[in-house]
Amino acid sequence: MIQIENVSKSFAGQKVLQDISLEIHDGKTQAIIGQSGSGKSVLMKHIIGLLRPDHGRIIVDQTDIGKINYHQLREIRRKFGVLFQGGALFDSLDAFENIAFPLRTFTKKSDQEIQQNVQKCLDLVQLSDIGTTKIEALSGGMRKRVALARAISLRPQYIIYDEPTSGLDPETSNTINELIKGLAHHLEITSIVVTHDMHSVLKIADRVAFIHDTRIHWAGTIQELHQSSDTVLHSFVRASEYLIGTQHVNNRP
Amino acid sequence: MSSIALRFTQPLFNIGRFVVLMSSAFMSLRETESYRKNFKIQIVQIGIESIPIVALAAAFSGAVTTVQTAYQLVSPLIPPKMIGAVVVPSLTMELGAVVTGFILSGRVGARIAAELGTMRVTEQIDALEAMGLNSVGYLIIPRVLAGIVMLPVLYIAACAVGITGGLISAELTGVVSTAEFVQGAREHYDSFGPYFGLIKAVVFGFLITSVSCYIGYYTKGGTDGVGRSTTRAAVMSCVLILIADLVLAIVLL
Repeated sequence: MIQIENVSKSFAGQKVLQDISLEIHDGKTQAIIGQSGSGKSVLMKHIIGLLRPDHGRIIVDQTDIGKINYHQLREIRRKFGVLFQGGALFDSLDAFENIAFPLRTFTKKSDQEIQQNVQKCLDLVQLSDIGTTKIEALSGGMRKRVALARAISLRPQYIIYDEPTSGLDPETSNTINELIKGLAHHLEITSIVVTHDMHSVLKIADRVAFIHDTRIHWAGTIQELHQSSDTVLHSFVRASEYLIGTQHVNNRP
Repeated sequence: MSSIALRFTQPLFNIGRFVVLMSSAFMSLRETESYRKNFKIQIVQIGIESIPIVALAAAFSGAVTTVQTAYQLVSPLIPPKMIGAVVVPSLTMELGAVVTGFILSGRVGARIAAELGTMRVTEQIDALEAMGLNSVGYLIIPRVLAGIVMLPVLYIAACAVGITGGLISAELTGVVSTAEFVQGAREHYDSFGPYFGLIKAVVFGFLITSVSCYIGYYTKGGTDGVGRSTTRAAVMSCVLILIADLVLAIVLL
């Protein structure tokens, strides 16, 4: 379980996060939503220790990651797979080698085992034939899927998705959403989805935390989201133009 | 902080951060397993691929130095063999290392800063860290070690090609015969000259690669930032070579 306790962060005197507390339960998909620039990605980077909070603490499986040394932090990070917003694929390597990279670096698997593992990951993201394609030759959606395959190649305990559908057309977004949902189900991974895409949230999340004005303004389950009468939350959800999801909210008094 | 105060404190901040970055890079030296492949790649990119341009610059430097030395030694009291006695130490003590350093500042320094800068702005460095890899060691150690190893090799090649260039230009212009050139070089050979040049090459190799890594690693601001880092790395490397050249001459001669 991941516990975020009273986390605050400022950059050059500007407050980005204030007193953020959240529990991410094992096996669940937790969405963190909010407007662009609301600090969602900053919070994501705190969870894996890429940023350190000014106040508060992050606890991953009973370990306060602010109180461990760099070597121990790297051990904790290996429990995570991260899908970055732009994919963050290594453009010096082809698609296969990108997915094989964590396996070659952190395991002693033979080339044949690595080949099999990479192929399994590619099958899971429905890119079985992509193999040795150069990264620059891949479309945005394909890059996200290759990055997703790399993120799950070491079978992580947790997976973090940073804006997994941003910049993608609705059909490709839908494919990514299905993949995220399928991976959470098949691999029993705890997922954290940082997004402003309510379409994704309503499709894949079990729980939602809404960051507004540097704080967690609202947190609850998807069912509670539909039933909430919070006007700020409604305003954000309505603005997402997800008609099916908001229809219920719009009809509320 | 006022802009004047910032102008004074910024260099100190950069020096401090550079020392911390290099310390943490060298502290990860024992993790050689994951850096070995990258080191071989850097040996090729920094060293082997630089041989043609370094050889070209050294050949012309040797040729021009020979012609200009002959032009200046017009007194009938000075035998023509003195041209060899001047040209060879000029190349081994100064030009071989400095020309190689300048060439690599542009070719390798700019490349390193652009590579790491792009990796920074496209979150590839964050991706390495998120996987649990020590990005500082993984990216910086192979480049700095390859610089330290390959600059002396390139220096030796530059000296050999430079002296050959000097000999060829001497023969073609008729300012001195090959036999006299070699005789002059051998009679006035100072065995410390090549050692001095090698020490310079090692120092230049470290400066070019480490400073370029530092600038690239801390790139900010998207593609514009990558462009600025690339220019800064090339310029800073050249400036540091000039300073180090003088300091080494004062200390060692």
